Amino acid sequence: MEFVMIILSGVLIGCATYLILSKGVLRIIIGISVLSHGVHLMLLTMGQLKRGNVPILDERVEVYTDPLPQAMILTAIVISFSLTAYSLVLALNNYKVLGTDDTEDMKGRDDGY
Amino acid sequence: MTLLHFLILLPLIAAVIIPVVYKYQKDIHLGWFVLPVPFVIVSYLFTLIPTVKSGSNIYYTLNFMPKIGMNFDVYIDGLGLLFAILISGIGTLVVLYSIGYLSKDEKLGNFYVYLLMFMAAMLGVVTIDNVLMLYMFWELTSISSFLLIAFWTTKERSTYGAQKSMLITMFGGFMMLGGFILLSIITETFSIREMIASSDVIASSGVGVIALVLILLGAFTKSAQFPFYIWLPDAMEAPTPVSAYLHSATMVKAGLYLVARFTPVFMWSLTWVNTILIIGLITLAWASFNAVVKDDMKAVLAFSTVSQLGLIMSLLGLGALAVTAGFNEEIFTVAVIAAVFHIINHATFKGALFMVTGIVDHQTGTRSIKRLGALMTIMPISFTITLITAFSMAGLPPFNGFLSKEMFLEAMFEISQSNITILSTISVLFPLLAILGSIFTFVYSMKLIFGVFTGESFDTPKEPSEAPMLVLISPVILASLVVIIGLFPNILSNTIISPAASAILDRQNFVDVSISFWHGVTPALLSTILIVLVGALLYYFRESWMFIYDYIKERFTLNNFYDQSLVNSTKYSNKVTNTLSTGFLRTYLLYIFGFLTIFSIVTMFRTGLNLSLTDLAPIGIQEVILIVVILVSLGIIMITKSRMVSIIMLGAVGFSMALFFVFFRAPDLALTQLAIETVTTTLFLVCFYHLPKVSKLPETRQFKLTNFIVAVMVGAVSILIGLSAYSHRIFESISEYHIEHVYDLAAGKNMVNVILVDFRGYDTVFETVVFAIAGIGIYILMRMTSLRKDDENEEHT
Repeated sequence: MEFVMIILSGVLIGCATYLILSKGVLRIIIGISVLSHGVHLMLLTMGQLKRGNVPILDERVEVYTDPLPQAMILTAIVISFSLTAYSLVLALNNYKVLGTDDTEDMKGRDDGY
Repeated sequence: MTLLHFLILLPLIAAVIIPVVYKYQKDIHLGWFVLPVPFVIVSYLFTLIPTVKSGSNIYYTLNFMPKIGMNFDVYIDGLGLLFAILISGIGTLVVLYSIGYLSKDEKLGNFYVYLLMFMAAMLGVVTIDNVLMLYMFWELTSISSFLLIAFWTTKERSTYGAQKSMLITMFGGFMMLGGFILLSIITETFSIREMIASSDVIASSGVGVIALVLILLGAFTKSAQFPFYIWLPDAMEAPTPVSAYLHSATMVKAGLYLVARFTPVFMWSLTWVNTILIIGLITLAWASFNAVVKDDMKAVLAFSTVSQLGLIMSLLGLGALAVTAGFNEEIFTVAVIAAVFHIINHATFKGALFMVTGIVDHQTGTRSIKRLGALMTIMPISFTITLITAFSMAGLPPFNGFLSKEMFLEAMFEISQSNITILSTISVLFPLLAILGSIFTFVYSMKLIFGVFTGESFDTPKEPSEAPMLVLISPVILASLVVIIGLFPNILSNTIISPAASAILDRQNFVDVSISFWHGVTPALLSTILIVLVGALLYYFRESWMFIYDYIKERFTLNNFYDQSLVNSTKYSNKVTNTLSTGFLRTYLLYIFGFLTIFSIVTMFRTGLNLSLTDLAPIGIQEVILIVVILVSLGIIMITKSRMVSIIMLGAVGFSMALFFVFFRAPDLALTQLAIETVTTTLFLVCFYHLPKVSKLPETRQFKLTNFIVAVMVGAVSILIGLSAYSHRIFESISEYHIEHVYDLAAGKNMVNVILVDFRGYDTVFETVVFAIAGIGIYILMRMTSLRKDDENEEHT
């Protein structure tokens, strides 16, 4: 299972890289979202999957899954959500001001060097 | 802090006080307030002569930065004292001269502050025993010299010359620092004296030669040796007192001092001897050859300085042979004596010549030899001074230049006759080069005298007249020194020259110095006669052979090489910068991803990848379905052109993630993921209205292919890293502790929540802060947009 999940998160990261390298701002933001999914999945997998029960204390249960990666991913999800939301609004703002969503058009003035 | 420390720093202290004086009193020329400083120093230094002469050297230490071994250790032996007296003595005369030379309209405050800075720096260089401190003062001379050359900042040539000298001498300075550090690593000391004591350790260390070359680079750049001499002629844009002081008598001799000081450290090395000897002779011949054709009096003197420095340098090289292998020791000791003697002589006659040049310039308005003539009767005192000093420079009796030149030629003849290892093949050339250089020296010396003071008269920009007494005092003193030393050379020999020469050779008992006019008919005397004859002929028929200078094309000169390399380095660094930083986000991302993959792959190859995936959980059918869903959604995102579809597919990936969390027994994650994914999708849809219709911009195949390759590489690398990390589980998870104590320590049953708010609560605090900042940021962005709209509306109405 872990083997498959690591490959899946690798695929997610690869696709995210491809999206981030493209021209449109929207695709870049989608890429960032996909990248965070890949990373979360990788984090969870590193803590081993499906060993024991849900990490909620129960006297009948002996083995639990590792709660620490879950706590970390929870933090990461919230932070990546903040990032996505902010960059989305930023892209919107940029599009209104600059009139383009092509990163190749978003170039500073040539300084003449 | 002894009196000596105080005196070395006295010019710096004065440099602080001088601007205050300048601000509050304008009636008296500022130079009068500066004059006592060098005078006090030189008077004190004269009182040290008996001490040094008796063989007891002066050493005082003062902690400056003892932790790194950088201490203000003053060490005065014959060599240091000689230079210190030259610096402060000629400093006194130059200050006196500048009082008459510079009018009160100039920025005198700046001038004297720079000059005093320079004086302190030079005194520091020649009296410090600690190499780090020596380097500090060395760079201070470069900086103050830079400021003085660019004194008239509005003139383009001044700033050009200042920049050039700065770049070249700073380059040498840095190299020298490298040499010092190497030496101090080898010998474990920063003291020059202790380095001398352990010169055999340096000789056997192997990197000693590198240190040697680096230190020589420092000396050669500072002392304007071939091929680094090019900065000195351009430094002539400085005011004449500066040229007289810095670029003839003191700063350019810092390199000579360095070579002399480090001679005992490096005497074991033939590289040291050969490099100094050969570079010195080349400089001598080449610069004197070039001096002849120059038209500007100061340019002639600049090249003449370069060539005389080469002469002294070659003598120092020969002197180092005295110990290298026990050759005819006497004659090489003579070389050192000649070097020391010529340092003194050159400082006297070159200083006076520069001052006379300044006077001529001041009184006629031009320095061009072509436009000057017949000043002999109008400026008789200046003429006399020039006659004496230029004859001394040409090496004519009875002036002091004759004596040192005789000793120089003698030493060169001696080396050509002895067969010393690798030198023997080319040593015949040495006296030839020396004689050639001397002939040209004779020619330009004559040109300086007769070209300016005899012949037909020209209309000069100003009506010529003899200079005021004030500016004449200093050159008169120097010229009389030329005559006195020339007639009675032995007043110097046992007081100054002998201790200095023994310091260079690191001898305990002083070398015996006696300089006399008459040696009998030696090769040196014969060649002097030859020099005078050929020189006179060459000067007389100068018009007929000047054409050979036409063969030196502008394109092939060192100056042109320097300019071109400066221009090209700017051009190519711009090219590199513009190629690498294109301004496109994608380029930088490609660099980042590219280096990530390259370094990861290299590391994997170096350490080897061994995967052992034994401890795996079973795969369920529901997870396979989810994987398929994610892969399909990803594929659609990649290829679709519609933004709507890509947003929905992103949502699909997110919800599948939530389902994964369900299967992997992470209920809190699943909840959060579901909520967040819903909000994110909503947010995308809110922006939907404003964002452009298509999400995918047209991309070329090349573009896509590069992206694809990079993406595959990044994906593969992260898979490999993940697999290898998973295969090497070194420690048990820390979570055992959390699971065990979740109830008894934190009174909660949900482990994830307890970790978030109790065990690792700080993470949560700052995650909340991140969330808040994002919210505030979004609010401000929106406000800005609406504000800008209001502005635009107002403008339109």
